[in-house]
Amino acid sequence: MAQTDRRDAPGLPDFSLLKRLARDQLIYLLEQLPGKKDLFIDADLMSPLDRIANVTTLKQHEVDKLYKVELKPVVSVSDQLCFLIRPRIQTVKWIADVVKSDKAVGRFRRYKIIFTPQKFYACETVLEEQGVYGDVTSDEWEFYLLPLDDDIISLELPEFFRDNFLEGDQRWVTTAGSALRLLHFLFGPFSKVYGIGRCAKMVYESWREQVEDGEKKAQNPDIGNVFLIDRDVDFVTPLCSQVVYEGLVDDIFRIKCGSVEFGPDVTSTDKSLKVMLNSQDKVFNEIRNEHFSNVFGFLSQKARNLQTAYDKRCGMDIKQMKAFVAEELKGLKQEHRLLSLHIGACESIMKKKTKQDFQELLKTEHSLLEGFEIRECITYIEEHINRQVSMIESLRLLCLLSLTENGLLPKDYRSLKAQYLQSYGIEHLLSFANLRQIGLLVEQQPGETLTVMESKVGKLVNDKTAGKLTDAFSSLAKKSNFRALSKRLMLIPKTGEEYDLRVPRDMAYIFSGAYIPLSCKLIEQVLERDGWTGFEEVTRMLNGHEFAVTGGNSGTETRNKTDPQRIILVMFLGGCTFSEISALRFLGRERGCKFIVLTTAITNSSRLLESLLDNQG
Amino acid sequence: MKESKRAVSSILVDDDDDDDDDDDDDVEKVSWSGEPVGTFSEASTRVYAPELRKPKSECKDYFSDWSPEETVKRMRKGKVYSLERFRSLQDKLLLLDEAVSAHDGNVITAVLIYLKKSLSKEIFFQELMVREIALRHYVHYLKEMEEQKTLVELMKLPFSQDDAIHVQDHYTLLERQIIIEATDKKGEAEIFKKFPRKASILNMPIITTLYYSCFYHYGESEGTFSSPANIRSTFRISEKQYILTALGARAKLKSWFDVDSLFNTKNWLGYTKKRSPIGFHRVVDILQKNNAPVQVLKDYVSLIDDAELKLSLAQKYKCHDIVIEMYRDLKDRQQLIVYQGKVERGSHEDRKIDQLLGNMQIRWKN
Repeated sequence: MAQTDRRDAPGLPDFSLLKRLARDQLIYLLEQLPGKKDLFIDADLMSPLDRIANVTTLKQHEVDKLYKVELKPVVSVSDQLCFLIRPRIQTVKWIADVVKSDKAVGRFRRYKIIFTPQKFYACETVLEEQGVYGDVTSDEWEFYLLPLDDDIISLELPEFFRDNFLEGDQRWVTTAGSALRLLHFLFGPFSKVYGIGRCAKMVYESWREQVEDGEKKAQNPDIGNVFLIDRDVDFVTPLCSQVVYEGLVDDIFRIKCGSVEFGPDVTSTDKSLKVMLNSQDKVFNEIRNEHFSNVFGFLSQKARNLQTAYDKRCGMDIKQMKAFVAEELKGLKQEHRLLSLHIGACESIMKKKTKQDFQELLKTEHSLLEGFEIRECITYIEEHINRQVSMIESLRLLCLLSLTENGLLPKDYRSLKAQYLQSYGIEHLLSFANLRQIGLLVEQQPGETLTVMESKVGKLVNDKTAGKLTDAFSSLAKKSNFRALSKRLMLIPKTGEEYDLRVPRDMAYIFSGAYIPLSCKLIEQVLERDGWTGFEEVTRMLNGHEFAVTGGNSGTETRNKTDPQRIILVMFLGGCTFSEISALRFLGRERGCKFIVLTTAITNSSRLLESLLDNQG
Repeated sequence: MKESKRAVSSILVDDDDDDDDDDDDDVEKVSWSGEPVGTFSEASTRVYAPELRKPKSECKDYFSDWSPEETVKRMRKGKVYSLERFRSLQDKLLLLDEAVSAHDGNVITAVLIYLKKSLSKEIFFQELMVREIALRHYVHYLKEMEEQKTLVELMKLPFSQDDAIHVQDHYTLLERQIIIEATDKKGEAEIFKKFPRKASILNMPIITTLYYSCFYHYGESEGTFSSPANIRSTFRISEKQYILTALGARAKLKSWFDVDSLFNTKNWLGYTKKRSPIGFHRVVDILQKNNAPVQVLKDYVSLIDDAELKLSLAQKYKCHDIVIEMYRDLKDRQQLIVYQGKVERGSHEDRKIDQLLGNMQIRWKN
């Protein structure tokens, strides 16, 4: 049922090497602090670490107890404390407090901080200012890349999105460049690099510099081409409801580092179960990219096939039975287990989603994408807010409206914002400010609004300052030109012809035939044209920063002939959704190439919006 | 001693070639570590001897010669560096601008930390104002360091006039909630015994407060703070918001009479008719979610404008009379026969359909 790979499809490189490298480096660092030690792990690092080195491995290297980093006093009695953390000032401050309170009671311990993937100077400054710089040793664990599956690699840096696109902080640019450098070193050299977006350009330049300074590697490349794309080039796609199986599972159950926790309602027992979701799960692998409408039918058919296979044993003699048990039974039992799990998940999903509500929600989303009956959409959103259906979903719909309509009418903005605050609470005032700043939820004619703000603030502070401040942050927001782009790139398939979701004809199937994801369409077009020539109209609507560079390696090589040329690494800066990954897999099958998705983190609408909320006080 | 010192510095500088072996001891400044002269082999001094004859200022190995470009480069690679030599304002700004053009937030922030320490607030802020990217990094740093005071001095966050109203509303709401909470906590009225409160009303949003009021204080006079009417007018709640909220609360309590009254309005002749700012299909949906019986649902299904929607909802919620009447109006005999199969034999609906099918005066279309 799942479109099988073409026989001529290129093979993917083996990324398990990345895990081994990371593991070896971590062990080396742990051994720099010989003897028994307690290890404190950043909450965000627990899942990634689990994929690299499990508890057993850690204990084999003299790690005694494991704790999660929580900003409160430590109860550990060990003489040596090791901290494995992301370079956050808040965490470093807490570590400094731990050291200081030990000092205050005259307790002597050894402290080692392992920053991953790198240390920031600001962190060192905190140690210095707190007077503990000389009491701790620190190291960097260069763990940049976590393979989540055969064709997905993640930097596990969800903070990349907010830091870069909301705060305008470029701290992770070099990190992204280093991740690329590592891939280039192990699986390159890359011959062509395409990209679009301010951050993409910076990352490219950072990578370029690092490669120039580093060792020159002339080897047989596994990966030929790279495409860098900023998340803010396409905000619409991650905000749409996902309807491919893996996307739905992520939206509802939250997949974390390639694994998900299914509750009792799915497992049909009284316990929850944590399962890995990747290509190793044969059942999952066949349904992951499918539109949800196909999944249940597929699973039922498989269940029937399974029953038939089981039934074979009636009428078997002892010898056959023995063979059956020895060879087939285990596999069948495994398949059975996975099947019932996924059927349970489907039922749970259907209960939650396939009610009238979800149909109406999708209808509204599709109307917004199409630009059809917008007033009705606004009414729907207003009532959604009034009924307090869901804080995040109401916000998501508002942002979709803003992005597809190039901003809300001032009266709509004011009214919907007021109603939102009335329904969900005043604490969301700052969230609206953030969403406006990043360009997700804006009023039309922003220029006018800025002057209003400037004149009001101007009364409190001198005018020059106010103007500069708004300038500094307003330039972060990109103007959305969705409607124009949609027409030019034909992102909305023509209605009228029935769209067969069982045999998808283009990438729009991931959204029930209503919309081709902008990000993936851009990638498709640029690869087809081998660059951006002839696409000036589009790049202008995307606010520029596009580039296409040919490395030293190719040029004379005939395009698309060699295997590495047909393996394309797509790097999403700011996050990527499972729907986009499914779309790229489809595109790959169509074009006889394979996409490897490299992302700063897996994201979806909830994660994207939650990272922009500021509900303090 | 002096010559040995130079030899040591030059050896340290030549560490350029072994990146990975750089001690991660994070020494920010190269300082004379006080190692005795005798540690250096004859070989190293011989190698560097020619250098020692050059005048100090021409010696490229001193970090006093590291330009902003070189310093930033070294910082990006995690190598030893020194910022203290950038003492003039001009040099400091060159350093900052170089850091910004390198697109490395880690370095930009490090330079900003140094400038913060070595420049007065006024001058530092002044220069930040004309450097967008540096300013953004500094603001982010302040947020992370929780230096709210400095942030406020720098920013004076621009909230619009509208936002001021929202904040005002919030305080008014809180005042009211405190008063309501004080009385309701005792829970003396009958309704609190039948439906005990699950949580305090403090800090709940306006709509939640209105729902609460419609649930526990429905019908109270506008004069009291706890009445729905008072909340509605104080917070300028729209008709749509009010009706949706009141509907939810009264439906939950199964007060169908109250629900009915929400939609009653008198026309100019004094006759009561039903009106709603939200579609009646929405009303049906909310009632159904609150387990309203069919007798109640059908009254509202019959008010739905859109015929297709009305028919599908009537079928969904088994409002037989409505379905039958609609098929009759559509003169659709076939569908009526099909529908007869869905109703109970001998029931009132069954007989009704029989009657219609037998009616010779109707000009069926099929």
